[in-house]
Amino acid sequence: MIRLENVSVSYKDKPVLKNISLTIREGEKIALIGPSGAGKTTLLRKLYELEQDHAAFIHQDFALVSQLSAFHNVYIGRLDQNGTFYNILNLIKPQKREIEQISSILQTLGMTKKMHERVAKLSGGEQQRIAVARAIFKGSKLLLGDEPISSVDPHQSDNILKLLKQAAQTVVVSMHDVQFALKFFERFVGLSNGQIHFDLPGKEVNQSILTELYQSC
Amino acid sequence: MLKASLAFLAVALFCFIFADIEITTLDPGFEFQRMIGGALTPDFSVLIEFRIALLNTVTFALCGIFISFVFGTVLAFMFHFIVVRLFCASIRAIHEIFWVFILLPVVGLNPICGVLAIAIPYSGIFAKVYAEILQEADEKPLKGLPPKSNPISKFVYGVLPVVYADIKNYTAYRFECALRSSTVLGFIGLPTLGFYLETAFREGNYSEAAALLFSFYLLIASLKYWLKPRLVPVYISAAFVLIPKEVSLSWANVSRFFTYDILPWPMRREGFLSATNEISFPFEEVRAWVIDIFRNEALDGIWQTTILTQIVLVVTALVTLVGFTTISRTFFGAFFRRISHFALIVIRTTPEYILAYVFLQLWGPSMLPAIVAIALHNSAILAYLSGQNANLIELRLDAPRKKMNRYFFEVLPRIYGQFLAFLFYRWEVMMRESAILGILGIYTLGFFIDSAISDDKLDKAMFLIGVTALLNMLIDTISQIVRRRLKVSTKLVTSY
Repeated sequence: MIRLENVSVSYKDKPVLKNISLTIREGEKIALIGPSGAGKTTLLRKLYELEQDHAAFIHQDFALVSQLSAFHNVYIGRLDQNGTFYNILNLIKPQKREIEQISSILQTLGMTKKMHERVAKLSGGEQQRIAVARAIFKGSKLLLGDEPISSVDPHQSDNILKLLKQAAQTVVVSMHDVQFALKFFERFVGLSNGQIHFDLPGKEVNQSILTELYQSC
Repeated sequence: MLKASLAFLAVALFCFIFADIEITTLDPGFEFQRMIGGALTPDFSVLIEFRIALLNTVTFALCGIFISFVFGTVLAFMFHFIVVRLFCASIRAIHEIFWVFILLPVVGLNPICGVLAIAIPYSGIFAKVYAEILQEADEKPLKGLPPKSNPISKFVYGVLPVVYADIKNYTAYRFECALRSSTVLGFIGLPTLGFYLETAFREGNYSEAAALLFSFYLLIASLKYWLKPRLVPVYISAAFVLIPKEVSLSWANVSRFFTYDILPWPMRREGFLSATNEISFPFEEVRAWVIDIFRNEALDGIWQTTILTQIVLVVTALVTLVGFTTISRTFFGAFFRRISHFALIVIRTTPEYILAYVFLQLWGPSMLPAIVAIALHNSAILAYLSGQNANLIELRLDAPRKKMNRYFFEVLPRIYGQFLAFLFYRWEVMMRESAILGILGIYTLGFFIDSAISDDKLDKAMFLIGVTALLNMLIDTISQIVRRRLKVSTKLVTSY
């Protein structure tokens, strides 16, 4: 269980999160929604900070090493679980054990063919899928995703959200497309101006609440 | 930017009044004809005889680069310490040739001397540039790494791949510079190409000189075919195996150099006269010794070096601003561009020292050969860079038709900032070279250092080398301030 109580975060004297209190129980799948600049990314980062030992994070800008192959970028997810020597060896010559595991994850994302290509050569959507694969490969209890489907088509979005929900016990993901999110998540946290505007089960999220959320800023 | 440019122009014009510019040879035309004749009839048979020199040129450069790569890398990681920064600035402020002067009495005139003369200043340069590359590297990928990863794993996955290309390109560029340095060291007696080149020039044997020079161009031009990252370890090992090892290093010599030879003469005089070689500390006399050298030699050297540097800076700028158009799509056709491109590469490949040497043969000793040599070399580099920048500009459809208008209203304003940044970046390089060319008989600092070495006055030579290094560091600092004030910047120069 993760509990935030009256958490405030400022960036260069500008408050980004104001007195946030939030409790996340194990096994919950939560969508964070709200207008741009509401503080979604900051809240996700705050959660990551608290739980970094057993959390994976999907960055909005992917945070990939574009000079390395897709394989190596996914492998980076477990850099802290392997020894330095093995890491270096795997950088020079990808090891069979890793190839097997990583290729099966990439297969679910339709990226097997691109496994040994340099990330710089991949399209935005493909890069996002590599960032997702890295988080899945890491295999943490908690998975935090900052707009993890912003660059892929609806078909892939469907697939990715399904995979993410299976990948970790607890999942918190920020989303722009609320209608899409409604299909996958049980709990919705609406943020605006750095404050929690509502915290509701999916069933209770309706158009008027959303209109209010997006117009509140 | 315009004001600053005009100020520099005014300073240079002022310097011209004091500059000693003349042609002293009786018939420069005749000598020039002989040189052209030599260039047209290169005598390649001498290369068989001089093959060892060719090999030495490459092995010195390889060993020098390898050593400086190792030390430069280590120093780059410590570059946030001010002491390290100052140390690196001081070792790179001293030209390779001056390093030979310093090392000569310590290790003797042998391969170690040549390799270290390259390795020491290059370590300082690598440290600075690698540190800049590391600092400017994209840090985004580091966010994606698990925070508890081991620092080495973090480095090899999150930093090394990001900076690898820049480091590789810059190191390869420096290797080319090291080949130039290694060649030039021959002019002062090391067994590289320059040694035979100097002999050939001095004896007026221009066919031989041409063959040596062409082989050097060929060496540089062929780099891209044989200098492959995978093969570098092989080359480095081969270089260390092949390098001549007839070295007699005596620690007595080394310690004598540092604890005795370079001490000011007044400190040694008493011991010398009484044959005990003891050191005394006559403060007043040392002060007088310093003031005497400073007044009679250093000041004059600084003045002449500064005059030459400022003239060269502005001449380089002017030649560049005309020269870059010759490779620009906006101004010339493909055929002409290809020829100019080739010419620029040949000029920038030729070391300034050799250019100056040739012009000196033609025109006799004055500042003229030095100005032309340094300005040509540098403007070839800058024109190439600015020309490439100019080619990145997409002119709009309704851009002015007249070339003059295009130049002044479309192209120049867009590339001028970056051009200035590159120019000031090379300011200290020009100064270092201005000082060095004193060895060829112009009264810059190198002249006085060379004379002190010839008179076996190591104390005076070291003092003057120190003065030169300080002047260089001063110009480097001014250059940084000017670039910051003008708000011009260049992305890191990873190649020319």
